[in-house]
Amino acid sequence: MNDENIISTWFKNRQRQMPNRGIGQILHLDWPLLMGLFLLVSVGLLVLFSASDQSLDTITRQGVRMLIAFLLMWILAQIPPSKYQTWAPWLFAIGTVLLLAVLAMGVIGKGAQRWLNLWVFQFQPSEIMKLAVPMTVAWYFHDKPLPPTFRQVLIAGVIIGIPAILIAKQPDLGTAIMIIAGGFGVLFLAGIRSRILIALVILAAISAPILWHFMHDYQRARVLTFLNPESDPLGAGYHIIQSKIAIGSGGIFGKGWLNGTQSHLQFLPEHTTDFIFAVGGEEFGLIGAIILLILYLVVIGRGLYISSQAQDTFSRLLAGGLTLTFFMAVFVNIGMVSGLLPVVGIPLPLISYGGTSMVTLIASFGILMSIHTHRKLLST
Amino acid sequence: MFNRFSTLKDPQKERTLFNRRIWTIAFFIALLVFCLIIRLVYLQIFQHQVYTTLAKQNQLNLSPAEPNRGLIYDRKGVLLAENVPVYNLVVTPNRASNLKASLGQLQQIIPISKDDLNQFYKQLTLHRRFEPLPLRTRLTEEEVARFSVNQYRFPGFNIQAEMIRHYPFGSAFASLVGYVGRINAKELGQVDPSNYSATNFIGKTGVEKYYEPQLHGQVGYKQVESDASGQIVRIASQILPTPGDNLYLTIDSKLQLKAQEILGEQRAAVVAMNPQNGEILALISTPTFDPNLFVAGINQHDYDALEKAPGQPLYNRALRGRYPAGSTIKPFISLEGLVSGAITPDSVYYDPGWFKLKDSEHTYYGFRREAHGNVNLVKAITESSDIYFYNLAVKLGIEHIADMLSRFGFGQKTGIDLSEELAGILPTPQWKEKITHKPWYPGDTLNVGIGQGFMEVTPLQLAAAVAGIANRGQRWQPHVLLHSQTADGTQTAYSSLALPSVELDKSIWKTIITGMKGVANSPDGTAYPFFKDADYTVAGKTGTAQVFSLKGQRYNKSMLPVNLRDNSLFICFAPADKPQIALAVIVQNYTTPAAQVARRLLDYYFSTHQTDGTADKSNDNATGAMAN
Repeated sequence: MNDENIISTWFKNRQRQMPNRGIGQILHLDWPLLMGLFLLVSVGLLVLFSASDQSLDTITRQGVRMLIAFLLMWILAQIPPSKYQTWAPWLFAIGTVLLLAVLAMGVIGKGAQRWLNLWVFQFQPSEIMKLAVPMTVAWYFHDKPLPPTFRQVLIAGVIIGIPAILIAKQPDLGTAIMIIAGGFGVLFLAGIRSRILIALVILAAISAPILWHFMHDYQRARVLTFLNPESDPLGAGYHIIQSKIAIGSGGIFGKGWLNGTQSHLQFLPEHTTDFIFAVGGEEFGLIGAIILLILYLVVIGRGLYISSQAQDTFSRLLAGGLTLTFFMAVFVNIGMVSGLLPVVGIPLPLISYGGTSMVTLIASFGILMSIHTHRKLLST
Repeated sequence: MFNRFSTLKDPQKERTLFNRRIWTIAFFIALLVFCLIIRLVYLQIFQHQVYTTLAKQNQLNLSPAEPNRGLIYDRKGVLLAENVPVYNLVVTPNRASNLKASLGQLQQIIPISKDDLNQFYKQLTLHRRFEPLPLRTRLTEEEVARFSVNQYRFPGFNIQAEMIRHYPFGSAFASLVGYVGRINAKELGQVDPSNYSATNFIGKTGVEKYYEPQLHGQVGYKQVESDASGQIVRIASQILPTPGDNLYLTIDSKLQLKAQEILGEQRAAVVAMNPQNGEILALISTPTFDPNLFVAGINQHDYDALEKAPGQPLYNRALRGRYPAGSTIKPFISLEGLVSGAITPDSVYYDPGWFKLKDSEHTYYGFRREAHGNVNLVKAITESSDIYFYNLAVKLGIEHIADMLSRFGFGQKTGIDLSEELAGILPTPQWKEKITHKPWYPGDTLNVGIGQGFMEVTPLQLAAAVAGIANRGQRWQPHVLLHSQTADGTQTAYSSLALPSVELDKSIWKTIITGMKGVANSPDGTAYPFFKDADYTVAGKTGTAQVFSLKGQRYNKSMLPVNLRDNSLFICFAPADKPQIALAVIVQNYTTPAAQVARRLLDYYFSTHQTDGTADKSNDNATGAMAN
């Protein structure tokens, strides 16, 4: 067999695998999802340009990160879901070991031990877990008859709980919440029975005071200032008050791009990262905020659609879990910036300035695309 | 059986279950997004007005703008008080990272004294952490430059410019112009606090205090857009402050400087005024002090040094010094003698050098126990016969004496436009009864007759009184303001206030002034040695006041400790027939006699002024150029 034959055989096989599919299928890209992501990223750069006081340097660095993230997404989209299913427990094990390593010898950054210094670049193992936890829970349920039994729910709870506790200890409450959301989303999609669900809600309510006991002072302060931000206007409540002023003063139509006084006069803290939504809200108003929410809904809706169209249990659960993780980040961030939720350090997906979290999020859409584009044509 | 069946996977059933869950999740997502939208609608529509106001307040601060303090000039436009920019290093504690380390590093760039550091740490605990706190004041330009280059290393540290009062002549005008200092809570209670909201300094003494309302001006306002750290980004709108009025004083700064030069470190005071209109030409108390020390806040060490200095430099002798008038009182008593008819110019008393009251064993000696023989009034003034005035005082009685003295302003404030002056004491039987609860003795009258005893006068009172004689009874209230000038150039002249004049017969004035001329011009005159070769005619009266009862012993200056030596006084006016200047000089525990001081001052004055009253042209031009 010569080279030409090999190629033509591979091509025939491929065509057999998915006949009459477009170029997206061949490249393993999902156009609606990609379009949504591109729009969000564009809006993100627009807002970031303003938030960073028109720093082209910031935009360039963010742009480069996005390119890397989209490249990683495309690579992940090439890997068939069956591979993820095989790798899931290993990825989980590696992630857990790294988290322990971070706790043991992590470098201290921003008062929290989150980073692992890999000489070349710094790396947050908790980001792996955002993918690994829903993946592992989905792996655990893929051959189980659903709805799961109480015992299976408990085991899934352990899979979610171990990394969540390790990350919360770093302390990184925001990421821990997202991991719980992702894992729990998989559990919910797996069909957890309503009576177990109710029992869990009651358990959560009981454990709240215990959780309070284990919280760090700054975490408690955040909860307290969430309940009454005006109690400490120059301290912990300052973030919330200033961001509410920014959003509220934006009105329906906003003050116009680059014209937000709150962000440009430095009243708004962390306005390029966690609080960037307030910059958008101030400059583009309610209309801009709703357009942004619609863009998010497009991406989330497409994610849920992919999940519903997936052909096996693992793919379905994973796609749903990842979509839910994404939604939770959006909801918690906007909720906290607008004063609905306490301040937890979660960046606004695809908009906030910052490295690893955005790369993970965009990469997770690669897995969704993989799930969608590796479907085999079966009679349904 | 159903249980066992469920252990197997049922793809169809699972799929249905899964799709139901997907829809449930989609529903919850829609619900939560709806919550977010409701929240945004609440913030951006219903609370929009509230947050717009808050955002404006954030960025727009109404900050008051300090008016420039009016300048002070002398009568010829020589600058006596100006405003100069100084640079202070301030720290905003909450913006400084690692304050202790920064302070350590800073000391390698610019020196910070232990005092400054202690003061800084003391204030740090009480201070609001987001407001700048001064660390060092009055940086030199070199220090400013050195810090500016390194500023990036010191977040929260800033150079702040401030206009500060400066007195270019230093100590020479301290007793007259006074000084400004940091405003305190008590002073803030006495002014309109909103007008002083941007002001750090207020007049504490002298002209600076008396004319505070004119000098201060009107506060302005700036609406400034500032960022979260308080840095001003843009001035949105402003009402400019109205600068204070510039004041031109009646002072002749050259005369004042000459007086300081003559007096040196002696404890002395000089007041010179124009008898024709009450303008103060010079007013000085020595030893004096540098008012610039007080502007930025004097440190304890310097203050203690001034407070404890033997010459009491902070004591304003010209306005507050209360001295026995000594023989300088004699011309005034003489006037009452002539007016009341108790004596005539030809009345003669025999002066053996001592005096005894009827029915009293006590012997009163004349000055230096010298005998003057038969003396009439002119001779009594010229030679300063105490015995003559003992006789006159007894004949007049205290009531008459006090009446005439009060007509010349003794025992009352002159009303000069400076707030420190004291009234002195003009003793009467009622006054003595009230203060000492003792009756008035005839001996008390004798003492008043020669300016001793309870009587106390200030140099300013003496000058104003002798100006009254110079002007033949027409008295003017002394004042230091010549005219004021508002920022737009409008000048308002100070109108001199005429005081009730002492209307007396022309011949009475002539007799008294003849006696006073004799003091300086007759070979027997007490001031003759000092004035014998003067180019102008002086009418004056010397005085030597005991500060210590000799208890019958003879006075020997060299044997007494300095602070118990006599005070030397001299009052005069010149030219005697057309007076331009009236002078009161007092030298405490003197080494230089007051008359000698007066001579040198008058020499200087008439070297720059024609004796006919017109100023020397060439000299005026010179000072005019200096003012530019």
